[in-house]
Amino acid sequence: MDFMPHLVVVPVVLPLIAAALLILLGEKRRRARVLVNIGATLAGLLAALAILWQVDSGGEPAAIGVYLAANWEAPFGIVLVADRLSALMLVLAGIVGLFAAVYAEAAWARGGMYFHPLFQLQLMGLNGAFLTGDLFNLFVFFEVMLAASYGLQLHGSGWPRVRSGLHYIAVNLLASSLFLIGLAVLYGVMGTLSMADIAAKLASVPGSDRGMLHAGAAILAVAFLIKAAAWPLNAWLVPAYTAASAPVAALFAVMTKVGVYILVRLWTLLFSDGPSMNFGSDVLLYAGLATIAFGVLGLMATLRPGRIAGYSILVSSGTLLAALGMGNAAVTSAALFYMLSATMAVSVLFLFVELVGRIGKDGQPDLVGVDDEPSEDTNLDDEELPLVGQAFPISLALLGLGFIAAGLLVAGLPPFSGFIAKVSLLQAVLAIQPGDKASDVASQSAAFWIVGLVLFAGLATMVSLARTGIRHFWSTGGRLTSQVKIVEGASVLGLLFACALLTVFAEPVLRYTNAAAADLHAPQPYVNTVLATRPRPGPTRSVYVEEEAP
Amino acid sequence: MEVLLALVIGVFGGAGVWLVLRPRTFQVVMGLTLLSYAVNLFIFSVGGLFLDKPPLVTPGLPTDLEHYTDPLPQALVLTAIVIGFATTALFLVVLLASRGLSGTDHVDGARDES
Repeated sequence: MDFMPHLVVVPVVLPLIAAALLILLGEKRRRARVLVNIGATLAGLLAALAILWQVDSGGEPAAIGVYLAANWEAPFGIVLVADRLSALMLVLAGIVGLFAAVYAEAAWARGGMYFHPLFQLQLMGLNGAFLTGDLFNLFVFFEVMLAASYGLQLHGSGWPRVRSGLHYIAVNLLASSLFLIGLAVLYGVMGTLSMADIAAKLASVPGSDRGMLHAGAAILAVAFLIKAAAWPLNAWLVPAYTAASAPVAALFAVMTKVGVYILVRLWTLLFSDGPSMNFGSDVLLYAGLATIAFGVLGLMATLRPGRIAGYSILVSSGTLLAALGMGNAAVTSAALFYMLSATMAVSVLFLFVELVGRIGKDGQPDLVGVDDEPSEDTNLDDEELPLVGQAFPISLALLGLGFIAAGLLVAGLPPFSGFIAKVSLLQAVLAIQPGDKASDVASQSAAFWIVGLVLFAGLATMVSLARTGIRHFWSTGGRLTSQVKIVEGASVLGLLFACALLTVFAEPVLRYTNAAAADLHAPQPYVNTVLATRPRPGPTRSVYVEEEAP
Repeated sequence: MEVLLALVIGVFGGAGVWLVLRPRTFQVVMGLTLLSYAVNLFIFSVGGLFLDKPPLVTPGLPTDLEHYTDPLPQALVLTAIVIGFATTALFLVVLLASRGLSGTDHVDGARDES
């Protein structure tokens, strides 16, 4: 396995350097800042793709890239680990980050100070959380990510942002406290914070300590469930994401997946087998189902496009948690594909919310933010507004077609990747036989609940988005105008194009997620590789020598 | 010593949770601060409580766990204190912005109805 020696640390270091550079550039040199921001994000995406390529080139089991950050071996020093799942998440964050960065240049980047450095720090926190193999280091990267997200959420200021930001920060500070408590309990039981080391020592924990271990893992999981927006810990998400500016909300769609990622990582690492096998899987399953149900209710109840996008995030989070709770490799694989598709789709939707909100703004009261029916005089048949023969701006046509595509993606209807994701997910769920390893966890009734709720969520999303489309594209009354800048249109279309690529190349991607899920559910190679990595000889000590036993 | 520390953590934690659930932003900040004290003491306590045991290797003392206390929780607490302090300061800024924009220190910005 010849990993490029420092490639794994690039997704963390690159945004950090870029952020420092952006602060140094100051507020004056706008063009330089734009170049640095987009260039660094693009370079990060390329590095993520390189990591993905290297991880996947190793065949079975995957070539796992381990980076000893301080040149100390695993249980003592902090390690960064790139396996298939991490690489996939890095690429996802890179793609969404790139298009959000491009989109922001149209207007939002000038809406306040320090947008660019915060954006880069947010990417750094995300990438670090995806790469780290140490629990406390994970906490630090979480805090980097959250601190940047507080600033980004408030970007542009205004009362709705400050109000929802206040709640968002308070909830996340509480979640951080829970994170620390769970981490401390785990350390008290295991005596180590390296994820691989915990997994290796888990089998030797005596029965008397196992209750404490489970308590620690459960408290830790609550912190991640808050980040993943599982019901009933998700009341903060919709107001905060709706109030945030469009490119920020698009990037936040990835941030919710960090909670899911950590749950997938730790749960499969710790509870794939051994005496604590499948600990808490029922909770994940039913929390996921409840989250889908809550998201569906929200989707049906709201008319505001921003809130629809927020509730779509809840639906996708719930689907992922429920799929994880099944504890089955095939279901996990489909869920990973679903995560790719759903995250990009919701990001597109968040970008569209702003563009759609601009339609017909002149002379008409702003429909966004008003939860009532259009008034009588916005009738389409109104003689004063001859719609027939009126020139139809091409930007509006593109906007409408793009909105339809985004709707199909989020709802999971053919022909886009959302459909493939849902079909493979449902297929995998229904394929679980009563005799399988997972049968005691996922009873048949749970499988049918998942199928029913996922399908109903698709219907609810479609109804809700169709309603939004009708309200904003057809019954706007006033002149059909929309001001879409080329940059905005390009980034939205680019993200849609990425979804289209995901649709076309669904087979290799599914092959990849299959391998990733197989790696996750058989974590022994991961543990062995991380613990077996030895420090490199440095310039001062030529060869690292194990201390000889006397 | 263990009982005393457990009581202190419990009182801090309980008071913190109660304050966090109060409707005033200032009370929420105080609650979060007390909670972070409780969490920090808790992290410190998972290494075990010992008297007269250094966390660093000292010349003359045999290097085994009989003679040293676990240094890792102390390092963790240090990091947790710094991060908690920074995020609380950030929260205070948002609190002031909220106070300025809404004219009240209610967490929802609602006018006082009690």
